[in-house]
Amino acid sequence: MAEIRIQNLRKEFGDFTAVQSSSFKIEDGEFFMLLGPSGCGKTTTLRMIAGLELPTSGEIFIDGDEVGQKPARERDIAFVFQMFALYPHMNVRRNISYPLVSQGMPRAQVREKVAEVARILGIEDILDRPVSGLSGGDRQRVALGRAIVREPKCFLMDEPLGALDAEFREHMSEELRKLHDRMGATTVYVTHDQLEAMQMGDKIVVMNHGVIEQFGTPLDIYDKPASMFVADFIGSPSMNFLKFHGAVAEGATGVELHHQTLVLPTQHEAFEGDLVYGVRPEHIRLAHDAPYRAEILATEYLGTTQIVTLDTQNGQVKARVPSDQPARTGETVGLNFNGAMVTLFDNQTGRALKSDLNAGVLHG
Amino acid sequence: MADVTLQNVSKSFGTTKAVDAINMDIPDGSFTVLLGPTGVGKTTTLRLISGLEHPDAGDIQIAGRSVISETPAQRNVAMVFQQYSLYPHMTVRENLAFPLRSPILRTPEDEITRKVTEVAEVLRIPHKLENKATALSGGEMQRVSIGRALVRNPEIFLMDEPLSSLDAKLRAELRVELKRIQESLGATLLYVTHDQIEAMTMATSIGVLDEGRLVQIGTPREIYEAPVSLYVASRLGLPRINTLPADVFPGAPSGANTIGLRPEHIRQGEGQSARVDRVEHLGDQTRLHLQLNGHEIVSLTDTHTDLEPGDAIAIQPQNALYFNATGARIT
Repeated sequence: MAEIRIQNLRKEFGDFTAVQSSSFKIEDGEFFMLLGPSGCGKTTTLRMIAGLELPTSGEIFIDGDEVGQKPARERDIAFVFQMFALYPHMNVRRNISYPLVSQGMPRAQVREKVAEVARILGIEDILDRPVSGLSGGDRQRVALGRAIVREPKCFLMDEPLGALDAEFREHMSEELRKLHDRMGATTVYVTHDQLEAMQMGDKIVVMNHGVIEQFGTPLDIYDKPASMFVADFIGSPSMNFLKFHGAVAEGATGVELHHQTLVLPTQHEAFEGDLVYGVRPEHIRLAHDAPYRAEILATEYLGTTQIVTLDTQNGQVKARVPSDQPARTGETVGLNFNGAMVTLFDNQTGRALKSDLNAGVLHG
Repeated sequence: MADVTLQNVSKSFGTTKAVDAINMDIPDGSFTVLLGPTGVGKTTTLRLISGLEHPDAGDIQIAGRSVISETPAQRNVAMVFQQYSLYPHMTVRENLAFPLRSPILRTPEDEITRKVTEVAEVLRIPHKLENKATALSGGEMQRVSIGRALVRNPEIFLMDEPLSSLDAKLRAELRVELKRIQESLGATLLYVTHDQIEAMTMATSIGVLDEGRLVQIGTPREIYEAPVSLYVASRLGLPRINTLPADVFPGAPSGANTIGLRPEHIRQGEGQSARVDRVEHLGDQTRLHLQLNGHEIVSLTDTHTDLEPGDAIAIQPQNALYFNATGARIT
C-alpha cells in the first residue's frame, strides 16, 4: 500500500520548535508507533504526514512522491482521532457509507463495501442502529469502519483508544492489531502509552521535546535504550538507575560501585565522570550471599511474579522476582545483576555508552 | 482502629439488588480490598459501612457494637474519594487541620499542630504545608486528601478508588506509599477498586464481588491460585486466564466443562499442536497468541524467542483449573 519516508522534517510554531529535524522511514504494511509524553511533537509529526499541518522545512514522501506541501485531500490517507467523530443524527450504516457517498460512488457498490467492512469489524448486527445508543467500543468500531471503507493508502491514528478504560483498551488494541494483520495497510499510530506501543507496534519512534530519541523494534528499544529518557519511559516498573562517580575503560566487563564490582557487557568506549548503571527490574536477582547489599522496603504481589522495592547505597531499586521467593519487608539481602543486559549511561547527557549489548543499534 | 463485621447485609435500589446478603469480617489492622467491575456493589457496601446508606436487612458492627442506628459522624469512619475534594482557598496545613477543628471534637490548637506535622511526615509533604492546595500536583493533592482522613484516628478508613484519577507512574508510587502508611499506622482499611493490580499489590485480603454477592474472600495468593469459580479466576491475572472447552486437552476430570489456563501455565514441547498467530515482545515478557483447533490462547514464552507467526508448537496444560457447567471450580 504505502511506504512513508520522513526527511529532515521540522515544524516551528512562532518561537517554539515542535519538531526538530526528524528523519525516519515507515515500510509498506508496517504498524508504526510514534511514542512520547505530551508535548513531545508526536501529534504534530502525524498531522504533518496527514497534511493537517505544513512543515516549516523538510520532506515527506508517500510511495516516493513528495507530498510535504500538498493539502490533505490529495494524500489518500485516513485519519482516526481519539474522539469518535461520528455524525450523531445518522445511523451506523450512513456514518460508514458517508465518505463513499460524498465521493459519488454508486449506491449498490456502497452497500457492498459497507457490508464487507461491517463483517471485518463484526458490527453487522448494529448497522441500522442510531450511533447515539452505542457503547464506547462499538462507536470506536464505527469510526474505524468509516476510515477503512475508503481503502486509503495508509491509516493515521491519534490515540484512538485513549478515551477507553483499561480493560477495554487491552481488548480493542488486540482487535486493532488483528485488523491490521488482515488488511496489511500501513498504519501510523500516536500514543503516550508505552505498553500499547510495545504491544501493537512493529517499529517505534520515541520522541521527547521535538527530538527523536530512538527508532527501532520494540524489543531493541526495550533491551538497548539509546538514552536514559528512553530507558525510563519504556517498561513498567521502569529501568533502575544506580548513580555513581567513577571510570570505565574500553574493553571493561565490570565497574566498581561501593567497593563491589558489578558486571557489564564488554564496553566499547572509555568514560570517566558521573555514571549511571542501568538495569531492568527482571535482571536483578535476590541472593543471600551476594556482596551488593540492599534492604527490602516493600513487596507487591502480582501472581507469578512480585515487585520488590529495595534501598541500596545508590538509591532505590525495584526487582521483579518469582512470587514464591520469600522476601520480607525490613530484611537485608544481596543483589545479583544480569550483566549482559546492563547499560551504562553518561549521567550528564543521558546518552548510553556503547557496548557489546547495544553496538548494533546505536549509531553515530 | 477496630474490627468491622457485616452480617447478612442487603440493600436494594428499586428492583436492583445492589448488595445481597453479604457476610464479611474486616479484622483490625487489615488492608481489605473489594474487587469487581463497575456496578457490582462495591461502593454501596462502602457507603453502608460509612452510614451514607441504610441497609434493608442485616447488621453492621464496628468494634463489636451495632452501628445501624448511628449517624455517619457517630460511627467515626474516614472516607477518601476518587476526587481530591480539597478546599482550594486553604493551605495544605489548613486542609489537614480542618477535620480536627470540627466543633464536636474541640481539639486544642497545640494538639492540631502536632497531629498535622506528624501526618505530613508520614505523607512526606512537610515542606508543602504552607502551599495553597491548588498549587500542588495531582499526586500531592491526593496525598493531602488521604492525610485529611489520617489526622482523625477513625475506627476504619474507607477508600473508594482513590488512585484512579492519577496517571500510571504516580499510581504505582502511591500504591507502595499507601501500603507503607497503612502498615506503619496499623490502620484498618477497606478499599474499593476495579483495578486488579491495586488489589493484588496492596491487599492483605481481597473480597471478590459478583452482582452484589461476596463470592470469595482470601489473600491475593489464595484468590489467584485457588479461585472458587471461573468468574473469580478471570478477575486476577494479566494477560487474562484462557478459558477453553475442557475436552480440548486430554485428561479432564469428569464433570469438567471448562478448562482455565493461566498464560504461565502452558508448557511447550509436547501435547496438542497449536499455531503461532502473533508474537508480542513486551520487554519483560513475550506473549504468544496461539490458535488451537479454532480456539485463541495467549501464552508466555522466553523473552528472546525465535518463534514467528505461522510456526507450530506443541502445548499442554500445567496446573490447569477445571470448572463445571455452572462455572464452579471442581479441581
